[in-house]
Amino acid sequence: MSDQEEKGRTLKISVLRFNPQVKGDMPRMQTYELTEAPGMTLFIALNDIRENIDPTLQFDFVCRAGICGSCAMVINGKPSLACRTLTSTFPDGEIKLLPLPGFELIGDLSINSGKFMQEMNERVESWIHDKNMNNVDLTRIEERMDPDVADEIYELERCVECGCCVAACGTKQMRPNFLGAVGLVRLARYALDPRDKRTDEEFYEIVGNDDGVFGCMTLLGCEDYCPKDLPLQTQIAYLRRKMAFVK
Amino acid sequence: MKVIYTDSLVIGGGMAGLRVAIASMERGYDTIVLSLVPAKRSHSAAAQGGMQASLAASVKGEGDNEDVHFEDTVKGSDWGCDQQVARMFVNTSPKAIRQLATWGVPWSRVRKGDRQVVINNKRVTITEKNECHGLITARDFGGTKKWRTCYTSDGTGHTMLYAMGNRAVELGIQVHERKEAIALIHDDGVCHGAIVRDLITGELIAYVSKATTIATGGYGRIYSVSTNAVISEGIGTAIALETGIACLGNMEAVQFHPTAIVPVGILMTEGCRGDGGLLRDKDGHRFMPDYEPDKKELASRDVVSRRMTEHMRKGKGVHSRYGDHLWLDITMLGREHIEKNLREVREICEYFLGIDPVKDYMPVRPTQHYSMGGIRTKPTGESPTLKGLFSAGEAACWDMHGFNRLGGNSVAETTVAGMIVGEYVADYCGQNSPSISTKLVEKFLKREQKKISDLLERDTGENPYEIRNEMQKIMMDKVGIFRNGPDLEKAVEELKVLNQRAKNIVVRNKISSSNPELVDAIRVGKMIKLAQCVAYGAMLRTESRGAHSREDFPERNDKEWLKKTLTYWRSEDDDLPEVEYEPLDISKMEMPPGSRGYGVDNTIPNPETEKRMAEIEEIKKAHPDADRFEIQQLLNPIDLPEKFKGKNERIGRGFK
Repeated sequence: MSDQEEKGRTLKISVLRFNPQVKGDMPRMQTYELTEAPGMTLFIALNDIRENIDPTLQFDFVCRAGICGSCAMVINGKPSLACRTLTSTFPDGEIKLLPLPGFELIGDLSINSGKFMQEMNERVESWIHDKNMNNVDLTRIEERMDPDVADEIYELERCVECGCCVAACGTKQMRPNFLGAVGLVRLARYALDPRDKRTDEEFYEIVGNDDGVFGCMTLLGCEDYCPKDLPLQTQIAYLRRKMAFVK
Repeated sequence: MKVIYTDSLVIGGGMAGLRVAIASMERGYDTIVLSLVPAKRSHSAAAQGGMQASLAASVKGEGDNEDVHFEDTVKGSDWGCDQQVARMFVNTSPKAIRQLATWGVPWSRVRKGDRQVVINNKRVTITEKNECHGLITARDFGGTKKWRTCYTSDGTGHTMLYAMGNRAVELGIQVHERKEAIALIHDDGVCHGAIVRDLITGELIAYVSKATTIATGGYGRIYSVSTNAVISEGIGTAIALETGIACLGNMEAVQFHPTAIVPVGILMTEGCRGDGGLLRDKDGHRFMPDYEPDKKELASRDVVSRRMTEHMRKGKGVHSRYGDHLWLDITMLGREHIEKNLREVREICEYFLGIDPVKDYMPVRPTQHYSMGGIRTKPTGESPTLKGLFSAGEAACWDMHGFNRLGGNSVAETTVAGMIVGEYVADYCGQNSPSISTKLVEKFLKREQKKISDLLERDTGENPYEIRNEMQKIMMDKVGIFRNGPDLEKAVEELKVLNQRAKNIVVRNKISSSNPELVDAIRVGKMIKLAQCVAYGAMLRTESRGAHSREDFPERNDKEWLKKTLTYWRSEDDDLPEVEYEPLDISKMEMPPGSRGYGVDNTIPNPETEKRMAEIEEIKKAHPDADRFEIQQLLNPIDLPEKFKGKNERIGRGFK
């Protein structure tokens, strides 16, 4: 292996800096230069910057394995999970990072996606609705479920609430109250689940309007940028068809 | 002074914390959860593999029950666990999983008829029974006699955490996100809540409560390479230690998982080996059967990790710029199986390694993974020394894992302990109305405020990241998989020095609000105390048990070391914890110490063991008509909350 390869090239990482907690702070781009290491991800690079160059830089990572959905940001124009983005995938070594739009900004690359997702969960009532749920005798054998149905529910349950679909959504830019793919797919997940006793009419009350499934302009940025490759397009279409027949 | 009052304060928004919160909320007590991050982003989400519960619906689980699960768990712990707690756990786990099924977890189900599985590198057809179709299925995991690990594809932790998180939303439980508890409020041996820092505004808030539960997970990040999330820094455990009154149990019991990828340390689930995956060396040779002819790749984690290290020390590792590693090979499982049941594994390989596990081997080596030690509690989850302080999940030493945890028993513990401890927390809230003076709250608030202003005002001193990195390196190099006296002594001495240096930390970023450097500066001193409890406890424990493996004391010494290490940090001026030992009483064991059936058996026996064996035989003889439940109550009587006392039904067997 050559010396040059060992030393690594110089990366230029530009970050939108802004701390709303500091009075008078103004948004600006700041560029950091650092030496690339083999196998370097943006998780490693940003921590390197914080520890060795600029301790004020704000960002969020938790699992750093693409599982928890904390670190979504706009990476060279595309919403994506930073932790599993290898710096080697950028041929010119220049990387521009912006916070995910559509969410309250905490500072720099850190956004309050938790607050947004909490509201989404409350809005679609993201839980099993069954009056008898609390009376189930836990000592008894569980209710059966078709293995295929369980697998299908899991397919939709894989959403990690990262917010990439919301950031990539054209409708959301125009309609601040639009539920977004994350909410629609969550609803579809419960509509599919035989344990949830809600009727189509009840689902209609939640998403049967322009802020719900009828607002979607099918631009499908959500489908393009979902890091978990959820079938968002199919599910939104399915839900729309289902809802169109309710009233 | 900002004060928030509640009945049940839960610190930590992972599965254990949420489950305790749900329990106290359902019983009608005002409940607040504090979380560093949105609750659904907690490290619980990363558990891929599954949850152990003896449902026995899959054909490979036939004959399973609480007793078999108990045996596996005790053997796994290398007889270091509390058998009473292990019993409470195994008896409740089937109920926990069935409850989660009603809350929406899409557990993978039994499909009737033939299916192909890989066992011992051979394709085998197994036939699931018609009458089991649609029940919750299970896969094989290390150290278990039966296929007992229930799962949802390979996103078990994710689906469990989401079901729990959604249930909390449904119940209207307030989760205060981006809040960090930095000290406990306590007086006269009673805990009254916590001093909490808002990570966005920097404001300090006093949360005053009747019961306080710490469920902040493990302390894996005291090591430089860990599978744990970056927030698993043990701060909840540390603030309990810093009271000087609560004690920690078995901190030296640290698990290394056999298969994390090199170099980043991300976990490849035990499901890889459970489903048939193999470990290979630099020659492509499958080496585990050479060491463990019976359990092979599926011995317990401590054993597999040691065998891998042993094999690499023989020069059989694959050299890389990041040090030696071995291969994890799941190619024989085929694309369909991998893309369905091991999809996260495939994704991680694709994004972090640029390889396809359908065709390629994965570079792996043993990596810090789980903290068996933690806040010592009674079977109710309450600290034996600090009233009103509870703990559950990985943060606690409850203690069902002893010196080694089985795969699939951690997410199981979070829910089961959450259920059980949650009931005792609610009981406590109902039975206690402590009077708390404003003066007391103010004293703690001012003390913490002063520490932070001192930090921000200091002009010269130590860099928090350098200190943290040095601590992590000490732990990695000297308190790892194989340990020895001289290295441990060095680690203890070096940590003493670091503990002093940490008192003189300076931050470059001087703002008191959202400030990541300040957060790390506050944490590092606490982490060093935990590291010292681990290192010092390991130095003193002159035997090998479970994950604690001493090269200079290779025997499991039941004669002298059948006891739990308890550590206290009595004063801020100390550099070492005070150590006590809590004996494990053989005369009360349902299963007296014996051979695990894997690993090296070189136990120094305890004379009490034979006595207890004879006693057990006599009890059994004296009750010839007793069924297994009655025998268990005679040998190992346990108390559970009333609602969890019932027997568990299984297909084809009823309640027997």
